Amino acid sequence: MSLSSRMNKFWEFANPVKFMAWTGKVLPWVAGAAAVALGTGLIWGFFFTPEAEGFGSTVKIIYVHVPAATMAINIWAMMLVASLIWLVRRHHVSALAARAAAAVGLTMTVIALITGMIWGEPMWGTWWAWDPRLTSFLVLFLFYLGYMALWAAVENPDTAADLTSVLCIVGSVFAVLSRYAVNFWNQGLHQGASLSLDKEEHVADVFWQPLVISLVGFGLLFVALLLMRTRTEIRRRRIHALEMRERMIDA
Amino acid sequence: MPELGKYATAVVSAWGVSLAALAVLIGLSWVQSRRARRELEAAEARLRSRKEAKNGRDD
Repeated sequence: MSLSSRMNKFWEFANPVKFMAWTGKVLPWVAGAAAVALGTGLIWGFFFTPEAEGFGSTVKIIYVHVPAATMAINIWAMMLVASLIWLVRRHHVSALAARAAAAVGLTMTVIALITGMIWGEPMWGTWWAWDPRLTSFLVLFLFYLGYMALWAAVENPDTAADLTSVLCIVGSVFAVLSRYAVNFWNQGLHQGASLSLDKEEHVADVFWQPLVISLVGFGLLFVALLLMRTRTEIRRRRIHALEMRERMIDA
Repeated sequence: MPELGKYATAVVSAWGVSLAALAVLIGLSWVQSRRARRELEAAEARLRSRKEAKNGRDD
């Protein structure tokens, strides 16, 4: 099979009818796997990990803070890929998937910001500082809000998809900054990555193992919600098309 | 419940906010999904009956 025919086969999954068929089968399995991974990671992290020297029991906050922050950035990256596919190939499902992901990304950003503030108060002595990573995360939060507001404000769905895709490309700068702000500026209160290939940088194994499972759980939860919400968006689009057809019959 | 010491309020509130936010997101996505499915079925049924009525008039 040639590469182009393989690619054509791949794009068939983005056909709305086929998308609804295969996601209907896959969704319960992904949701189940998410529940198992999240349950394991979070219960392990909360109940069965020790206190960390210098941080006390606040170390337990990383099991919700780090996965949420990681997902907030990666969901924007996924939206960027979906937006580029829309702009280049005009696949409606990709635009709807980007729209469906935004609410999940916004929630993850809110969790990361709030849990970070709650952790910062006892550790840094302040709820908030205009630190490079915190500030770029706040801007990312505003971009999520703006992205969702733009989808809601523009009536024509194709125009809305075009405009939000451009906004997504612009916002990607802040998604990258949120991830690498600590490395770029090497200043501020926020520490480096909790999960890193650099052994000296990442957390000890006793915290690392449940953290990785929580991270997998958050990732699977995102996939499950993305599939569910994209299916909802496709149904809404179909309802809109049927209402238009009804009006034509009436006319 | 593990011993959380002097940071109990911070840990419990961070976890509480996170789990509540996730629960709202999952619940809202579920409700929206069910509503869209119901509305689509109703729209398809309505369109079918309109088409049948129009065809009946044409005959």
